[in-house]
Formats: sequence, structure tokens, C-alpha cells
Amino acid sequence: MKFAVVVFPGSNCDHDAYHAARHVLGQDAVFVWHKETSLQGADAVILPGGFSHGDYLRTGAIARFSPVMNTVTAFARGGGPVLGICNGFQILLEAGLLPGAMLRNKDLKFHCEHVHLRVEQTDTPFTLRAPVGQTLRIPIAHGEGNYFAEPDVLRDLEASRRVVFRYCDTSGIATPGSNPNGAVNNIAGICNEGRNVVGLMPHPERACEPALGSADGLVLFESVVSALAAQASLP
Amino acid sequence: MSAHDSAVLERHGLKPDEYDRIVQALGREPSLTELGIFSVMWSEHCSYKSSRIHLKKLPTRGPRVLQGPGENAGAVDIGGGLAAVFKIESHNHPSFIEPYQGAATGVGGIIRDIFTMGARPIALLNSLRFGPMDGATGARTRRTVEGVVAGIAGYGNSIGIPTIGGEIAFEDCYAGNPLVNVMCLGIARSDALVKGNAGGVGNPVYYVGARTGRDGIHGATMASAEFDDRSAEKRPAVQVGDPFMEKLLLEACLELMKGDALIGVQDMGAAGLTCATSEMGARGGCGIEIDVQHVPQRETGMTPYEIMLSESQERMLLVVKRGREAEVEAIFQKWDLHAARIGSVTETGLLQVKSRGETVAEIPNAALVDEAPVYDRPTARPRYLDEVHRLDLESLTPVSPQQALGSLLSSPTIASKRWVYRQYDHMVRTNTLVLAGMGAGVVRVKGTPRALAMSTDGNGRYCYLDPRRGAMLALAEAARNVACAGAVPIGATNCLNFGNPEKPDIMWGLVEAIEGLSDACRALDIPITGGNVSLYNETDGRAIFPTPVIGVVGLIEDASCALGRSFRAAGSEIVLLGASVGRGDAEPKGRAASAGLGGSEYLKILHGLIAGDVPHLDLEAERALLALLAKATAGRLLLSAHDCSDGGLAVTLAESAFDSGGIGCLVDLPAEGAMGEWDVLADLFGEAGGRVVVSVAAGSLGPLMDLAAECGVPARRVGRTGGDRIAVTVGGRAAIDWKLADAERLWSEALAQYFARPAA
Amino acid sequence: MKARVFVTLKPSVLDPQGRTIADALHSMGYTGVGDVRQGKYFELDVDAPSADQTRAVAAEVADKLLANPVIESYRIEVDG
Repeated sequence: MKFAVVVFPGSNCDHDAYHAARHVLGQDAVFVWHKETSLQGADAVILPGGFSHGDYLRTGAIARFSPVMNTVTAFARGGGPVLGICNGFQILLEAGLLPGAMLRNKDLKFHCEHVHLRVEQTDTPFTLRAPVGQTLRIPIAHGEGNYFAEPDVLRDLEASRRVVFRYCDTSGIATPGSNPNGAVNNIAGICNEGRNVVGLMPHPERACEPALGSADGLVLFESVVSALAAQASLP
Repeated sequence: MSAHDSAVLERHGLKPDEYDRIVQALGREPSLTELGIFSVMWSEHCSYKSSRIHLKKLPTRGPRVLQGPGENAGAVDIGGGLAAVFKIESHNHPSFIEPYQGAATGVGGIIRDIFTMGARPIALLNSLRFGPMDGATGARTRRTVEGVVAGIAGYGNSIGIPTIGGEIAFEDCYAGNPLVNVMCLGIARSDALVKGNAGGVGNPVYYVGARTGRDGIHGATMASAEFDDRSAEKRPAVQVGDPFMEKLLLEACLELMKGDALIGVQDMGAAGLTCATSEMGARGGCGIEIDVQHVPQRETGMTPYEIMLSESQERMLLVVKRGREAEVEAIFQKWDLHAARIGSVTETGLLQVKSRGETVAEIPNAALVDEAPVYDRPTARPRYLDEVHRLDLESLTPVSPQQALGSLLSSPTIASKRWVYRQYDHMVRTNTLVLAGMGAGVVRVKGTPRALAMSTDGNGRYCYLDPRRGAMLALAEAARNVACAGAVPIGATNCLNFGNPEKPDIMWGLVEAIEGLSDACRALDIPITGGNVSLYNETDGRAIFPTPVIGVVGLIEDASCALGRSFRAAGSEIVLLGASVGRGDAEPKGRAASAGLGGSEYLKILHGLIAGDVPHLDLEAERALLALLAKATAGRLLLSAHDCSDGGLAVTLAESAFDSGGIGCLVDLPAEGAMGEWDVLADLFGEAGGRVVVSVAAGSLGPLMDLAAECGVPARRVGRTGGDRIAVTVGGRAAIDWKLADAERLWSEALAQYFARPAA
Repeated sequence: MKARVFVTLKPSVLDPQGRTIADALHSMGYTGVGDVRQGKYFELDVDAPSADQTRAVAAEVADKLLANPVIESYRIEVDG
């Protein structure tokens, strides 16, 4: 299968996502410049981390006006798997492909560290290979990952089982102490109603090789490969 | 009588005899614009006029050196057709005036130096010095620390280059003059290093990047003057960084460098457009003619003087091949950058500056660059040295080892720096093999089996007591740190932070440090490929300690051999490599134990003393130790390795147990004869160089001991990992017995606690 | 004409920066200062013939880009 890694001028985890897809997973991967409008026939799209357009106004605020975002939106509406990582998640929020918004971390500091995540839902293309309740050790690196949504939006997210990842402690319990940024309900990642668009603040692409301290993030990429293979094998 | 009165000269930091030399070089009186241009190029910061004759003593060549000092950064061969391009630079003065922007633009500047060479930056380190975190200046220091750390994070994180290491120390002398030294390393193809040369008469000169404003005018001269009460008024001189602009410049320049349209490139850092045009011209042996009306400007009504001297950030000067303009402009356009053609290369050897066609400055490049003043300033050994070497331990009350360890682990210099490095993205680019802990950082080089280890080190306290040996110890420690990570040191960069060189005792320290560094580099075969000198680090006449900071780069041929400092398994053997105890084998025992504790963190923290002889150092032994570590790591004999430095052996053992997931240790140090209290303390907390604590699987103990014997390095098994305590005895007598979790909590929370207080 | 756009977090949204500033002010002795809310301020030079039209352009820009309606609200002032 083929991953498209979208490159905004301030993306800086684009090479990492590409490396994970291409060199760790052994799949095909292409960079798609934000001014382009073709995904070059990719089967899945990754919006990588970084500071898309400097993000001086708000994270991801300007990226959603990039030409490529119309294509990504159409791809997502057509059911194609889209993964937004960190800044990519923020862009998905700004673009309205996922609900809610990001606030600055509650302590106003950038956090780069390993955290634990509980996989809450496995019926998305990015989590189907993970058992429910699995705890993943994956790094975060952000200053604005404090997820916020109005109470009714939040209720709807929880009711429709769209919280995909939650910050938790080592034993898988979502505690206040294991929440690195103040995100409401310890939310680390969510999906859309169609469940094909997933956004999360942690960086699974940084946790794909044991040499880097953890390979727990690999399951997200393996899942989408499985999901697409299953789809392809359908009559 | 000159055309400019003495007040004008003073404002430009020019001495009367320097003015006379300008008149001589031009054959006439300079215009004000020309005076400004001379003043920045002949400033200490740009001309190295006080240090240049001494810097020549440093060894700069070696089989791996591809680029020594003189270009934007140095480069060493790391095999596989690749080069590591690196340099360290200071941004002390701007960071004192505006900590966030000062530190941020320091990071931006050093990154530009690296990608200007055609290298993709892959790692940042920083070496920071601040005043004490408490006491009268504590509140201000805490604000400075917060600002500097946030500034480094803000810039490095945005641009996506991991900050993988460095060090931070706290000392009274930095309260009014913090140090912010930033190192960057990049990877380039060895055969594609780009130089800062102009060449080819008629070739166009392009300006790319941020527009020019009035910010930073006279930054270079500011960095060449002492601070006083009026320094706050100099605030407008501080530049504001734009990491997004720099990211665009980085990507666009690297894309341009893949082709062959480029002749040379230089960033506009200190002394801005003036420095870039004159240095590129001087290196290429040609002239450059520009018209400032074509320079993109952010403010209206800027004069040629202001445009030439502005230090606005994120700007690059390029010389490209004639006829390739469209290609070059298209690449910058892709990245939403505007490349402005501001002039062309000439055969005159002159820097010719025009404003709307009218000449406003015309100066031979050689006069600005090669013929800048060089001083052999007088030196005098400072008087204080006679006093500080005296250390009478008998007049002090020894502190129990356990209490001492607690005080040291919670002292800001030794305490965990997690509060700091958690704010730095130290993992982006997915190369970081040894996570930041402010020891050596290790990054793999993708596409090769190799990895690079980097460490910056320097101890102002040692250099205050003995600048010569202090500088040697700095290099030795940095080399030892990368060796502990499994690397062979292959190159170094230095940042020399000193006071006012016009004072003979300061100048003496500078010369001593350079000579010491030079000797140590030769003894350990580590060439210096570039660096930076930061002088006039004084506030209200009080100088900082002499503080040479050394960044060493080491090569690991097999990235999977990279080592961390923490114990990896319970039941492994702990071996002390090198001289067995803190005072060093060469030092006599007994009352002379003072020698072993001289200059130590123990004496400073527990007794408030900075005194005695600096720690022992034996360069031959150090060299043997580096060789042993290289062989032992390549042979996969070691599980962990951590050198003894601040806080001595006791702190090294504790730190080896920290971050290990709760693996304690049981250690018995050898006693030699009757051990007095001070002998025990010297063994535990003395900071003699050349010692490393390693842990090895039981089955590897024999081979390691054999290898150590073969390399001529003393090695002694001193204990075993395991349990949940840090337990150390000396000659069987209990010295330290502490629950690991408690000690680790103390160490890991100490620094953050200073910032939990309201920032009133 | 000049339009000034003030963007602030909605009252229902926690403002960690504002709270930190308020805490600092309280510890400095400014107990009379209650809540602090921080926000963003924009000055737009708009090429439009009337104040109403200037305001309309500013509102459109604020809706589309300057403010995120999920968390922020805005207020506009127009000169003249």
C-alpha cells in the first residue's frame, strides 16, 4: 500500500512519518507538497507533526487553507483513512474534519516525554490490530495539546465511542496525574463519525523501533495496512 | 583633527589608534557609514583581535578534518562519504538583556551556520550558566532560566531539530552575566560542502529571508563591551527570532545546494550585511557591489548605515552563477521566499555600497577582514590565585557522606535537568538513541550503520582556580562523555567565555586556557575545527569565571553499540575504570586529601568554598581510558558507562542507578591504610578526571579486566547492581545507605521545585 | 481604514495563561485584581470606502482565520 505524507512548509515530522512507513514498515510512501492537489494514488494519508505555517496565530489555523486540504477533505469524506499526528491533529480540528480545539498545555510549557495511552476503540483503521485496553508507551512533543470541546460535543464523542486514545498511567487507568496537558477527559486522540479520520497528539512514528525506546506506535501503521488489505480482499 | 569626534568613536567602540588605521587603510577620512562598517568588522566579536594570535596554537588538523576554522563551521569525515558539520557559539549578551529572544536567536544563528555549509542540521546542544537560584538575585535568575530554556525550546522545537544534550551549571559569578552557548551538528556529503565564497565577476548577489529592520544594530559591538546599569537601555539592540522563516530558508537553501547554481552563501549574523558581503568577498579574493535600495526593508526611512549594520535575523546572502537566476528564484518562490538581487561580484576587491546609485561606502575587503587589528595584549597572573589554592580542611567540620550526597543531589548543578529537557523536543527526526539527560546525546545517522555522540563540558570553578588545567579537564570530560556513549572522539569545537581582555589578569586566564586546551587536544588527538570567543563577560566590572566550553563529537561505527549511563540489569558487576579514588592515584593520602577535594562541588555546596588545587588530570591515562572504552563498547562488553565529574564517584554511582527503573547498587570502595573522615570524603566526592563507572554482565567481567590490563587502565570491581538501595561502604565501613527511590525523588524534583514558587 | 480585532477565549474556556498572570499579580500584592483573561489583538488596514464595509471585511476575516469559533470570540472596532 501507499502512504501520502503531506508536507506543509513548517512540517518537521514529515520525514519521521515517511521513515516509519517506508523503512520500518516497508510500505510505499510519498511526500505530497501542500500546494499540490493530487495524493498520487495513495491509500492512506498522514498529516505529520510540526508547525505547519509557523503556527503563530493558532496551531494549524493557516494550514487548512492549503490547496492540498481540499483533496484531503474529499479523500476523508470518501472514507479514506487519514491520520493526523500532533500538528496534523490540530490541522484536522481547524479544518473541521474532527470536532473540538486545542488550548495551550495547562502548565504553559512544551512537553517532550514518553506517556502512556490506552487504546479505547479498535474499530478504526488505525487501531484494529490493537486489543481494546492495550497500553501503549509513546512520546508526546507539544505545547498545545490541551484538548477542549464544548460539553455537548464531548458527550456526543463519548456516546458514539469516538475517543480513540486516552492518557493513562502504566496500569492503563486514566488518572489526573497521567494527563500531561490538561486535556478534557484525558483525551489524547479521537476519530470522526465515519471512524476513518483519526487524530492524536502523541507521536506513534517516534515509537516504531526498539532502538528509539519503544516500538508501541507501530501498531497504528500495521493496523491501517491490515485494514486496507482486508478492504482490497473484499469481492 | 578627524572628521568624527571622540564621542562618535567611543559609541562605535573604536580606539583613537584604530581610527588612525582606518584613515590609513582608506587613504582618507571615513564617512559615518564607513565608520560603522569598520566598527563592527573590527569589533572583538567579528575580528577576534585579542584572541587571534593565541587561537593559532590550537591543533586544527587531523586525518578526518575536512574543514577547520575560518568557514561558517568545521567539518569532519565520518565515513560513508559523509561529514559531520558542527560549531558552538555564544549568545551571552543578548540572553542577558532579553532571555527568551536572546537564546532563541542564538539557536537560530548556529543553525544557519550549519546549513550554510550544505549540511542538514540533526542535533542541538546547549551549555548554560546562571547565577544562584536563590538569594538576592534568585528571582531574576529564575526568570532568566525560564526565558532562556523557553527560547531554546521555542526555536529548536519549531524548526524541528532535536535538542539532545548539553549541561547547565549555577555559580555566583554568572548572576549578572549568564552564559548561553549553543552547538549544532549537521550531516553533509563530504564532497558537497558549501563555502562562504564570492567569485566570478558579474555573478549576481542575492539577499533572501526576513526583511531588514533596525533591530540588532551594533549587536556585534555590544557583545564586545561590558555591561553596566545602562544596559537595559540597549534593549532595542536585541533581535527577535522567526523560526518559521528559518525553516523555509533551511529547506530552500538545501534544495538549492543540491544543484550547482550556487557559488557561495553566508548567513547575516553578527554585523549583518556588512560581515556577509566583506567576508565573502575577502574569502573569494574579489569585490562585491550592492545597492541598499534593493535590500528588502521592514521599516521606512532606513539609512544605508542602518541597513548595513542591522542584525535582523533569518537572512542569507548568496552568490549564484550568472544565467541561473530564474532557477534560483523559482526554488525560493516554492518556499514562499523572495530572493532579491542586491548587487554583483566585482574584480575590485572592494566592498562598494551604493544607495540609489550613489556610492556611500567603498572599502577594501581585506582591510575589513584580513587587516583587522590584532593585539598581543599584556597578561598578568591574577593575585587571587595565591589565596585560593590554600585549603585547610582541618578548619572545617566534615559532613557525613550521606548528608553530603543528599545536598549534592539536590543542588541545581547536579540535580536532574528533566524540567529543562522536557521542554526541548529531543526526539524529532527519530534519530535520538540516548535520550537527553544532559550527558552525551547520541543520534544515529540514517542510511548508515553509524551514530554520533556529542557532549559539551566546561567547569568555570576549575578554570577560576587554574584556567590551564580547567580547560584541559573540560576537553577531557567531553571526550570521556562521548567515549562512555561508545564513541571515538573525532573533533571538537570551543566557546571561550571570558571577561575583559584589556585587563591583564583576564587575558592571562584566556591564554592559559587556550594553551591548556591545545595541549589536551594534542594529547588526546582531538582537533578543534572551529568555535567562538566571547569576551567582555563582565557586569559592573565583575568578570565571570574563565569559562571555556568544549563540544566534542564522537563517532560510533555501529549504532547498536551506543550506551547510556543507567544500570541495565540487576546482578551486573560494577567496575571502576581509571584511578581508583577521588583524589587520583598520584595524590598522596592523609592531610593532603585536600588536593582530592579541591575545586569540588562538595566544597562549594557543603562548605561554601571554592578553593584548593583543581582535580587531578593525567592525559596519558585519559588517552588509555578512551581507547579502552572504545574497545569495550565495540566488543559489547558494557551495559552502562558513566564518568565521574561534578560530585565525584558517589554522585556517579547514584546517577547510574537513576532512570534505571529502580536498580540499586551495593558498592565497597577499597580503603588504603587508616582512612580519616576527610580521606573517605575525598574518595567519594573528589572530582579527579579519568574515571568511569561501568556495569557489565558477570560473564563479561573477565574479558573487561583483561582488556583494561591490555590498555594499561587500572580497573577494579567495586560492587554489584541490584536491590532497591544505594549502599556504599569504604573499606567495609558504611558511608552511604539510602533507599534508591528516595534519593531519586530528591534528585529528580529539586530543580522543578524552584519554579513551583510564584514568579514574583 | 483601520479595523481593530480583539480575540479572546470564550468565558466557558479555561485560560491557563490568564490564570497564571492573575496568580502572579496576586503574589505581587495586587489583590484588587480579580480574574485576568488574555487574548490577541490585530490591527487591519482595510481598503474599503466606509466604516460599515470595513467592519464587514474585518468580521469575515475574523470568522475565517483570526478566531477559532470553537474556543474564541471576537470584538471589532473601526476608526472613523
